[in-house]
Amino acid sequence: MLKTFKMGGVHPEECKLSEHSAIETLEAPDTVYVMLNQNLGAPSVPVVNKGDKVKTGQLIAKGEAFISASIHSPVSGTVDKVDSWIDASGYRKPVIIIKKEGDEWNDGIDTSKELVKEIKASKEEIIDIIKNSGIVGLGGAAFPTHVKLMVPQGKKAEHLIINAVECEPYLTADHRLMLEKGEEIIIGVQILMKALDVTKAIIGIENNKPDAIAHLTKLAASFPGIQVQGLKVKYPQGAEKQLIKAAINREVPSGKLPIEVGCVVQNVGTTFAVYEAVQKKKPLIERVVTVTGKKVSKPSNFMVRIGTPVSVLIDKCGGIPEGTGKMINGGPMMGKAFTSAEITVTKGTSGILLMDENESGRVKEHNCIRCARCTMVCPMGLEPYLLAMAADTANWEIAEQHHIMDCMECGSCHFTCPSGRQLLDSLRLGKNKVGAIMRARKN
Amino acid sequence: MSLFTISGSPHLHDRDNTPRVMRLVVIAMLPAFAASLYLFGLGAVKTMAVAIISCILFEYLIQRYMLKGKSTIGDWSAIVTGILLGFNVPSNIPVWMLIVGSLIAIGIGKMSFGGLGKNPFNPALVGRVFMLISFPVQMTSWPKPIESASQLTDVITGPTPLGILKENLARPGTTVQQVVDSGAIPDYAQMLMGNMGGSLGEVSALLLLLGGLFLIFKKVITWHIPVSFILSSVIFAGILWMVDPTQYIDPLFHLVTGGLMLGAFFMATDMVTSPMTKGGMLIFGIGCGVLTILIRVFGAYPEGVSFAILIMNAFVPLIDKIKPKRFGEVVKS
Amino acid sequence: MSTILLAVIVLGSVGLVFAIIIYGVDLKFQVIEDPRIDQVVEFLPGANCGGCGFAGCRNFAEAIVKAGNMDALFCPVGGNAIVKDISAVLGIEAVERAPQVAVIRCNGSLANAPQKIKYDGVSRCSFAHTLSSGETGCPNGCLGLGDCVESCQFDAMYMDKTTGLPVVIEANCTSCGACVKSCPRKIIELRNKGPKSKRIFVSCVNTEKGAISKKNCAVACIGCGKCVKACPHDAITLVNNLAYIDFEKCKLCRKCVTECPTGAILEINFPARKTESAPAGEDQINQ
Repeated sequence: MLKTFKMGGVHPEECKLSEHSAIETLEAPDTVYVMLNQNLGAPSVPVVNKGDKVKTGQLIAKGEAFISASIHSPVSGTVDKVDSWIDASGYRKPVIIIKKEGDEWNDGIDTSKELVKEIKASKEEIIDIIKNSGIVGLGGAAFPTHVKLMVPQGKKAEHLIINAVECEPYLTADHRLMLEKGEEIIIGVQILMKALDVTKAIIGIENNKPDAIAHLTKLAASFPGIQVQGLKVKYPQGAEKQLIKAAINREVPSGKLPIEVGCVVQNVGTTFAVYEAVQKKKPLIERVVTVTGKKVSKPSNFMVRIGTPVSVLIDKCGGIPEGTGKMINGGPMMGKAFTSAEITVTKGTSGILLMDENESGRVKEHNCIRCARCTMVCPMGLEPYLLAMAADTANWEIAEQHHIMDCMECGSCHFTCPSGRQLLDSLRLGKNKVGAIMRARKN
Repeated sequence: MSLFTISGSPHLHDRDNTPRVMRLVVIAMLPAFAASLYLFGLGAVKTMAVAIISCILFEYLIQRYMLKGKSTIGDWSAIVTGILLGFNVPSNIPVWMLIVGSLIAIGIGKMSFGGLGKNPFNPALVGRVFMLISFPVQMTSWPKPIESASQLTDVITGPTPLGILKENLARPGTTVQQVVDSGAIPDYAQMLMGNMGGSLGEVSALLLLLGGLFLIFKKVITWHIPVSFILSSVIFAGILWMVDPTQYIDPLFHLVTGGLMLGAFFMATDMVTSPMTKGGMLIFGIGCGVLTILIRVFGAYPEGVSFAILIMNAFVPLIDKIKPKRFGEVVKS
Repeated sequence: MSTILLAVIVLGSVGLVFAIIIYGVDLKFQVIEDPRIDQVVEFLPGANCGGCGFAGCRNFAEAIVKAGNMDALFCPVGGNAIVKDISAVLGIEAVERAPQVAVIRCNGSLANAPQKIKYDGVSRCSFAHTLSSGETGCPNGCLGLGDCVESCQFDAMYMDKTTGLPVVIEANCTSCGACVKSCPRKIIELRNKGPKSKRIFVSCVNTEKGAISKKNCAVACIGCGKCVKACPHDAITLVNNLAYIDFEKCKLCRKCVTECPTGAILEINFPARKTESAPAGEDQINQ
């Protein structure tokens, strides 16, 4: 039986153009540009210098703060420079540039294709390996996984929920991963269950991927603790809080984390990375990226090394199509439009969408007609029209009182508004300013 | 290749837009419009045409020449206001009065507040109430349906069933039963179909109900306001009827006469002037229903829907202070 | 007749009683204020612009009466014209300040910094700045959406459609600082107006390395340091690939303007030069 979340939600066109394209492993490019800020939290600190020789999988940057992650070299070769490079926002950020030489992997990494079923590591060892492999959430938020697995004192995890929903239109990376690496994923789930000391795991998959649901249900059948749950297709089912509500009918309280209701949520891509790290000793150096768009000649899914320039991926799909209006890093609902194809793949890059120019422009903006559709579709039960008005008129107290910080920037309100109001822009500005005020107040 | 665009997410948009929503409302009103053409004929054509055209014209002139902005008639809201205003007047209303009504409805009811989305009161009702107070005689003499269909002038007029009831009950000693038996009020079947005196839009309750259900099906409006409005008026009228059937007529009569159906589905549900939350909409509907019956039964006017809705419109900012239930709301025990 | 007389007497008495009550209340709840505050307020421009750092003119008057000196207090809109009046009324020393004007430190016009991408979204600089580096690729350059023009209460700014940059109307600028606060990229600075309104400044706030900044804008400061070497008065410093001219030290000799290879340094309100020493930049702003 399909489950869903009750509050809000919208139905954008699914456009899963690349769902039948098998994952193609791309050769590592000649030069990789590894951004130093690939995760939520503090940027990583480089431990290599210009001229150093590195092997594939070797540590090149350390996570020093509590919420940070380490980064490993995606290729073997020489460090060209530690400099700055353009990222999706158009601003230049710190980067380590490495020139590829050969294909030498770091000691201890198992590069064979053999499936390793037995989980030898203990609970503490698992979390340690995950930390030292630089694994972060591959769903897009890129939160360091080892921090999520360290359950704070006084709280207990009861459920592990695997987020295989992929509710964003166009993206199919997780879908293909489930079909092609299903067994590895199930082992990854078991590893995570061991790390958290839980006996129940639920894999949530949206119903537009019936083949994945069937495949994983079959694989999970021999493991009584692992259950596959089909979910109704509704955006944003893949949001953590909505997924928990649908799967186990519990609401994470405002301002708190999922562990508050005994849950830890992990993306299915992260689960696969966990398998590779714990069973194959392979740190996170590559991920699946969907390259798609209505005019793209070959919408595809690639297994790419971190640091690969996006231009390489686009060329592999037939180049930027004529009449492209916008290039998007991620999905069309929450992804960031970027300025130049010079940007590179990071741990949080799930897809590159080349949008046609007819669809790229925003709709014309009119007065708010107070139709309340934004309020009806908000999955967090907020009132976007009121929050946007507060943000536009710099009324930060009202914005804070009406819980603007609960907004997860899913874009449902902006998507629905019949008057074309630019709601999410205002909400983002409001969140920025109110967040800064709240932080200043704490100090 | 031309330059790429950069903008904030989301990069997709739903196909719905304001003109489309308004067009659906116009379509929903077509059955009732067709009925009014049949019942009131040429008078209806003239009145509706004048109402619609003058509303569009005034909005265009005010927006372009007084406010020096871009023309907004493309969003179809002026057409909707025109149709609703036309629905609220008798078919033989003098043209100049209707034009004045349109000017008030658009100019004061809508544009003086800043255009679509900024007005607190339903513009069509503002126009209608202004006309009722300024031209009470012409606004309360209703042409008899079908008989008047072929004539443009010299139509035979009379009060609405609500008016008949109020006049007769005002005479001491008269009971409801006597009024019904005297045949002054048409029977229920006729009233449901619209064969009674009344304004263009209020007569055919059945066709209005059809249009209203169409709007709910198309998700233009939700069920909250129409259902709470109708139910609360029926229940309140029902309570009065059970207390004293000689003085208070049964709730079914209230349902099919007057502007209750028109008000519940098309006027109270006007997005700009109704509450934003579901709970708020229910309160709004209940308030409208109770006030309608109160004014009809105890008030000086035979019809209470317009005033009830306008009064509740004034309460909407207060009603909007009720917050909807949030996700993960921490309820303090 | 007697009814009218009765009505007049009754209403008159009621009015009188209330008048007495109101008078009594006024006496009892009167706020005692230093009368000098009102006197100072008379001289102030009454714009309530916040340029002095206080919420309104009255708050400034209260502060200056309380402080008893003008060291840290100055109304930029009234300027030196009111300083003498206030010092006379309060009996404190008059402290005059050099008149200032808002300066737009960016010359990335449509010609100098060509558009590389189209921005589609809310037409406000604060929004565009958080979204991306902007249409020209320069992360520090003017976004041209006019938050500064919006913020000016004195009609001293407008957006030049041909260059895409804001322009300050010197005659109206009161150096209240509202535009400085409104710019998310800190491009606008309050600088001394200078003798005969002549001033020199680096028209760039870009901190990227020279090669990168020049790619985006033809008149960017590339941090070469030639101006620092050329200045005989030690008025120029180079920090983070960006030169900055200290307006207190600058003696308006214009040597840096000629030295600058990109024309990033601008001279305002100077007479035309003799031909050989004409500087390299395009789009000179001469008001």
